[in-house]
Amino acid sequence: MSDARPLTVRIGVRSQRRAAASLAPMAGSNGLVHDALRRLWRNPGAVAGTIVLTAVILLAVFAPVVAPYDPIEQNSTAIRAAPSAEHLFGADNFGRDIFSRVLYGGRMSLPIGFVAIGITAVVGVALGLIAGYYGGRVDTVVMRWVDLMLAFPGILLAMALVAILGTSLFNLMLAVGIAAIPEYTRVVRGTVLSAREAEYVVAARVSGAPDRSVVLRHILPNVLPPVIVLATLGIATAIILGSTLSFLGLGIKPPTPEWGNMLADGRSMMRHQWWVSFFPGLAIMLTVLAINLLGDGLRDALDPRLRNR
Amino acid sequence: MTRYILRRLVQAVPVLFGITLFTFLMVHLTPGDPVLIFAEGKPLSEEREAQIRELYGLNRPLWIQYRDYMADLLHGDLGQGLRDKRPVWDTIQEAIWPTLQLAAAGLTVALTLGVPLGIFAALFHNSWLDSAAMVVALLGVSTPVFYLGLLLLFAFSFHFHLFPATGTGGLENLILPALTLGFASAAFIARLVRSSMLEVLRQDYVTTARAKGVREQLVVTRHALKNAMIPVVTYFGIQLAGLLTGAVVTEQVFSRPGLGRVMVTAIGNRDFPLIQGAVLVTAVVYVLVSLAIDLSYAFIDPRIRYE
Repeated sequence: MSDARPLTVRIGVRSQRRAAASLAPMAGSNGLVHDALRRLWRNPGAVAGTIVLTAVILLAVFAPVVAPYDPIEQNSTAIRAAPSAEHLFGADNFGRDIFSRVLYGGRMSLPIGFVAIGITAVVGVALGLIAGYYGGRVDTVVMRWVDLMLAFPGILLAMALVAILGTSLFNLMLAVGIAAIPEYTRVVRGTVLSAREAEYVVAARVSGAPDRSVVLRHILPNVLPPVIVLATLGIATAIILGSTLSFLGLGIKPPTPEWGNMLADGRSMMRHQWWVSFFPGLAIMLTVLAINLLGDGLRDALDPRLRNR
Repeated sequence: MTRYILRRLVQAVPVLFGITLFTFLMVHLTPGDPVLIFAEGKPLSEEREAQIRELYGLNRPLWIQYRDYMADLLHGDLGQGLRDKRPVWDTIQEAIWPTLQLAAAGLTVALTLGVPLGIFAALFHNSWLDSAAMVVALLGVSTPVFYLGLLLLFAFSFHFHLFPATGTGGLENLILPALTLGFASAAFIARLVRSSMLEVLRQDYVTTARAKGVREQLVVTRHALKNAMIPVVTYFGIQLAGLLTGAVVTEQVFSRPGLGRVMVTAIGNRDFPLIQGAVLVTAVVYVLVSLAIDLSYAFIDPRIRYE
């Protein structure tokens, strides 16, 4: 980027060459991505995780097509029916088909995880970049705030936010997302602090590149690998936290199917109709397992030094 | 050493201060007039509104309200529950012991399962035992606490009738909740101990010990394990958050009394004085325990004192 720009500050030929050399991996970043994907592809756990996760997402997206029954309609002839060919996962105390409800439940539980972590990643990364790059008073203010938020365990903060905001799908996403921000800010800030001193970043600054372009083009690429890993594993945590809040009655309310509230529904029937809770729980577990496998694979692929951790 | 302790103590002060500011502001951050919270959804006459504003000091400037809130806090007064009109502190005091008991039992399970699992996985690195241990650990990390709780209930309470499903008091009432709560932490600790052990076992001093002819058992317990446990202690803070989270859910699954139940019920009732009190006490306990862990870390790992 800065090669076309006239140098505002004279820098020695050696530093220029060094800058060019350090920028080289940027130009060849397709190669790095390719390498990472190849390493990911060789990891059987990550491949299995990707396949299962893709299947779960497709099933949720196409739930209206795949589901044999309406997820909310009550059916008096199927009340508490055990799993059978007619009702694959059985039916609950209103005669609603559990299989259909699990499929539709994914349309709630999955977006909660993905959107929440989307919010977290954008805000967390932005705060981390700002704190790490500018340092000084900005850094102090942001990090004191992060320290304060870390004083609240995730669920406590999420519960407090739900109490303040009230229960709705969006508020649930917001509460789960906000609760995870401090961790991202900390990791990003740490990475920025070390990247800021790298020669190619110093060179870009000295050559007069504006802050925005230094941060976005030179520092951000360093921050992305840990954030990708953190966000992938974070989606799993967010899905669990979201369904936990619904399980506690503080999230998505019945009759709208959501994996957490379905589990809570079946709790009192666990003794005789185990299937009412069993299958939604299995759905959460499989999804989270798949994401964890993919996340572990990504960590190994993006940062081979972390293997065995 | 003293300087390190003092510094950590001083650092905790603004955090504690911030927690009180957050819990104080909770009422004011809710959409709508705080008066509506204290009116508990009942129709509000002008006279009644003025009465509530006076009673809760809502007619005074925000900073004076905060000053009064702090003054009450320092006198151990957390206000009164909107529903039961009981002092919030009494409700919390009753609930905090069952929760701490559960957390301690869960931690015991986590350590007694997680540490050996991690050690064996590392000692038999790349064997079937290692793979099996890591599969168990992965399952533990991926299973939501409430799901595990329900599965354990179904298996051990309803099917085999080994333990009671609900209730408190005896040890038999604590076993299933403790397993439920401790399993995820056990999985986390197992992964941590394994990777930490693998690293330590490669160190020169372990090779030296082996070369000296020290028995393998002693190499592992004396030389490797002690050093491998340091990161485990560091991650105790994270585990603590996990245990607290799990305790809230476990209490719900097994219908146990505790702070989590108090909070869930209070949020359902929009009983803000109780919510504020429960959030405050939990956060303060969490900060103080984290602080204690940090300080104990300085004793365990002498390197940190010189930082």
